[in-house]
Amino acid sequence: MTTVPDGRRVAVIGGCRTPFCKAGTALKQFNAVDLARHAVVELLHRLELDGATVDEMYFGQVVASPVTPNLAREVSLLPQFPRDIPAAAVNRACASANTAIAIAADQIAAGRADTAIAGGAESLSDVPILHSRRFADLLIALSRARSVGERLKLLGTFRPRDLVPVTPAIAEPSTGETMGQSAEKMAKMNGISREVQDAWALRSHRLAYAGTADGRLLAEIAPVFPTEGEPIDRDNGVRTDSTLEQMAKLPPVFDRRYGSVTAANSSPLTDGASAVLLMHEAKARALGYTPLAFIRAHAVAAVDPGWQLLMGPALAVPMALERAGIAFSDLGLIEMHEAFAAQVLSNIEAFESKAWAAEHLGRSEPIGAVNRDIVNVMGGSIAIGHPFGATGGRVTLTLAHEMRRRDVQFGLISVCAQGGMGFAMVLERA
Amino acid sequence: MTAFTKTVADGIARFVLDLPGEPINKITRGVREELEHLVDEVARDAAIRAVVLLSGKPDTFIAGADIDEFVALRTRDEAYTLVKGGQALINRLPALGKPVVAAIHGACLGGGLEAALACTYRLATEHDKTKIGLPEVQLGIIPAAGGCQRLPRLIGIEAALDIILAGKTLPAKVAFRRGIVDELVHPAVLEREAMRAARQLAGGWRPARRGRGVKAALLEKNPAGRALLFSLARKQVRAKTGGHYPAPLTALQAVEHGLRYGVDAGLDFEAASFADLAVGDVSRELVRIFFATTALKKDFGVADAPPPRRVQRLGVAGAGFMGAGIGGTAVTQAGVDVRLRDTSLTAVGKGLAAARRIVDERLKRRRISKYEHRRLTAQLSGGTGWAGFRRADLVIEAVFEDLDVKHAVFRELEEEAGEECILASNTSTIPIERIGAVLRRPERVLGMHFFSPVEKMPLLEVIVTGRTSPSATATAVAFGRRMGKTVVVVRDHPGFWVNRILAPYLNEAGRLVAEGVEIERLDRLMKGFGFPVGPITLLDEIGLDVGLKASSVLHEAFGDRMRPQEGLKAVVAAGRLGRKSGAGFYRYAKGKRRGVDDAVYALIGTQPGSAAIGDADVRDRLLYAMLNEAVRALDEGVVRSPRDGDIAAIFGIGYPPFLGGPLRTLDRAGIPQAVEILRRLATTYGDRFAPAPRLERMAADGERFYPDD
Repeated sequence: MTTVPDGRRVAVIGGCRTPFCKAGTALKQFNAVDLARHAVVELLHRLELDGATVDEMYFGQVVASPVTPNLAREVSLLPQFPRDIPAAAVNRACASANTAIAIAADQIAAGRADTAIAGGAESLSDVPILHSRRFADLLIALSRARSVGERLKLLGTFRPRDLVPVTPAIAEPSTGETMGQSAEKMAKMNGISREVQDAWALRSHRLAYAGTADGRLLAEIAPVFPTEGEPIDRDNGVRTDSTLEQMAKLPPVFDRRYGSVTAANSSPLTDGASAVLLMHEAKARALGYTPLAFIRAHAVAAVDPGWQLLMGPALAVPMALERAGIAFSDLGLIEMHEAFAAQVLSNIEAFESKAWAAEHLGRSEPIGAVNRDIVNVMGGSIAIGHPFGATGGRVTLTLAHEMRRRDVQFGLISVCAQGGMGFAMVLERA
Repeated sequence: MTAFTKTVADGIARFVLDLPGEPINKITRGVREELEHLVDEVARDAAIRAVVLLSGKPDTFIAGADIDEFVALRTRDEAYTLVKGGQALINRLPALGKPVVAAIHGACLGGGLEAALACTYRLATEHDKTKIGLPEVQLGIIPAAGGCQRLPRLIGIEAALDIILAGKTLPAKVAFRRGIVDELVHPAVLEREAMRAARQLAGGWRPARRGRGVKAALLEKNPAGRALLFSLARKQVRAKTGGHYPAPLTALQAVEHGLRYGVDAGLDFEAASFADLAVGDVSRELVRIFFATTALKKDFGVADAPPPRRVQRLGVAGAGFMGAGIGGTAVTQAGVDVRLRDTSLTAVGKGLAAARRIVDERLKRRRISKYEHRRLTAQLSGGTGWAGFRRADLVIEAVFEDLDVKHAVFRELEEEAGEECILASNTSTIPIERIGAVLRRPERVLGMHFFSPVEKMPLLEVIVTGRTSPSATATAVAFGRRMGKTVVVVRDHPGFWVNRILAPYLNEAGRLVAEGVEIERLDRLMKGFGFPVGPITLLDEIGLDVGLKASSVLHEAFGDRMRPQEGLKAVVAAGRLGRKSGAGFYRYAKGKRRGVDDAVYALIGTQPGSAAIGDADVRDRLLYAMLNEAVRALDEGVVRSPRDGDIAAIFGIGYPPFLGGPLRTLDRAGIPQAVEILRRLATTYGDRFAPAPRLERMAADGERFYPDD
């Protein structure tokens, strides 16, 4: 049973992403639009796609620039496309690109489009820095002032502290709690020790390194050519030299005394972009494309952000599995977004918990036992990095490619997001 | 058949010029007569208070005087009569006593601008097609319908000279900024606003034209300042023309004369000097070149050319200096999607950066907006794989000049590029036939020989083998044109055309140095002759290693007469490769030339100044080495016609345009006389100067390369 009654299956054809680089490093000269455009141009070349084939575009971005609020439209106005491709920017925090892909897939499934490009981008090197509200009010009032006297009077109200800029913080607007504090809280409430968090982080680095070294991750990456310096063809957060001993020495960031969440077991602020080509199955066949995978189902859910902020996946995953008509045990591969090791491990614990199932899903059996060996087989966001708007494209591509390599029938994507939200998607072998 | 449509409404006469049977408007005899008549009518009709002059053509206002009429001029008197008639007509506009408004959309050049300048008021559209200028000196003549009088009075002397002396054409926006036009409007409201201006002018309103700044006032408003300005300009013109092109200097005199003695005297001066120039040799040669390049633009280099395929995507194999230049130029000029491929990411990155710099340069010169810049740079991409090549319509190979390397690349291209893709090599030395020999379908292989630096050099040789398909040729030629190049189709023969005729010239220069002629003397002589740079400077620019390699290939193909000078090998062996290595025959530091490096003479084994040879012989040896080889190559069918050969020499080598090209030079010298010179050189300096058999045959039969003129 699939979620598309008329049988319009949505195929993941392929795609690519930029290298993911820590904010303020190799990609800092580019903004999110540059990065997204680069990924899409490369997608067109690699997949030999004629831009005129594309019907719609959706791109995720979390911290959008006020100058280019609709990232997706900037991408669809690339010279390789006709000028008439509608496009929308999507924001579901860390699941933005996933949501962009889900919307595009739904448009195709519903017969409103045959071909879509979806993905996302984020540049945390290029976040908008805002003036204080007081200073902004003053500037607006000045522009409206009719006389010199009025202007002078307004200027008289200026105070130097008005110039202190406002930077976007990664905090919940509804609770004031930062993402890290939430992760810290989850670690404590779910009893996730510092040691298992560090071990998970180390695993993420080791697997990402292996996936890079054997070329599987490199194959998904569109090298970027900065104006100065060498080309960048790989993620720069993946560490080859980390040991548990070194990691153990790092102080906790969010609770110095009792905490366990450190820079080493959290995902870093990152720049990057991803793009995925989706097509109606029949269209793909007509154009001679071999699908990597089909999108079988997806789901979103949310919890109270004031409770355990990043537990959304433990609600979304069972929903998506149910929509896909499969059991957790049918999954051959799982890509879980790693905001924090504490969050991944909390989510896994919930998947396997009878109590969680009873309390939150009204089920007597847990969602399923998690075989760690099929989770994030090429590492996750802790090692690879996490450009908020782009990660969804990365996990989709990595999962689709690896499902094909391993000949796996079903694969799962699980992503937690700000606002207490969770996203899940099931891919099926093509 | 009438060119003008006149309608009158509300006291305003509207003249719409739409020359029947022509794609553009130009000032023909018919147009002049009709305008004369219309002006008479307006002068008599008291109900008409103002006139608006418009064009009925989509993209031209008035492109200039009728060049065919100009070419038909046989004598100085005919020319004088023609120009005096034109002046008289144009003078009637300001003398009408009623305001005349020029509403300009599209090309407004030469006589077209001079007519507009005689109007009371000018509006132009803010549109890419609207170009305003006085290109006359490029054809060896001067603006002679009042342009040298009215433009400086309107926008100032310095600004006017800048346009007139270089024959410049300006975008509408710049013309507005400089005060040539009074208003800049959207094309949709041009007519409406022109009518409005006419009504205002009819009501007595006059525009307050802007002052021209402090510097202009200081220089231009007093006799001493003016004298200084003119003397500086004169110096610049002399340096630029080398005394070979009289028009710019004459135009300068026409401006100066008019400012000193008044408009009428200025107009007389314009007319008299126009008449002299119009029937002079330089103008005649420049006009011939103009016609030849215009004809070349419609010529696809093959008989019954099939329609060229439209190239939308270009693949460039090899992201080195040439590859990047080709990619960057293709993006900026043709707006195609360009994919650069090289074997290492570092090489790709360097190539992309170099290609991007060509786009950046356009932005810096304000030729494109930052939005266009963004669009163009997004069309440049690259990688180490062949992604993107399968969809390319044309691939240009620009890898290392080595047959095995080229074979490897072309074999891969045969697999990776689409079946219909045209495969071109940018080789300058390897026969295309040999490159294509390893392929299953050699009919899609040809050469596209760009010159370095690609973004600046105006010539492209398209090299076809006996097997190249006409469709491939036509497509490559059409694309070369979209890249902004003058394209000449050349037969696949060693050295093709440009390097073939250049090699004996450069070899001879090497020989002269070895004989003890000073390097500066050689360069000074040939520059004085009209080349943009002398032969030794040229060698340094090309790169001595590149030059030597090309020479060796030609030596192998043609034997002794192409033997490279031995000393050159020693210079190359010493690591002196020209400007790029910081030292060749000259020394270079921080991108600037620092004079001859005397150590070179020792390397070659000679003493500078030890040769007792006169200037005339030095010049003849250099020049005739090239001219003689040009005849041989033409005879072998390397180029299809003397026209192609001459144009390619002018655009590829900078052969002096006022001489019309190498073959034209022989015609002008007289074929029998040229044979005589060559025989004498052969006797004195060696058999390599033996006249080409075809030249001797032509001398005997009294033939010329251009029999018709």
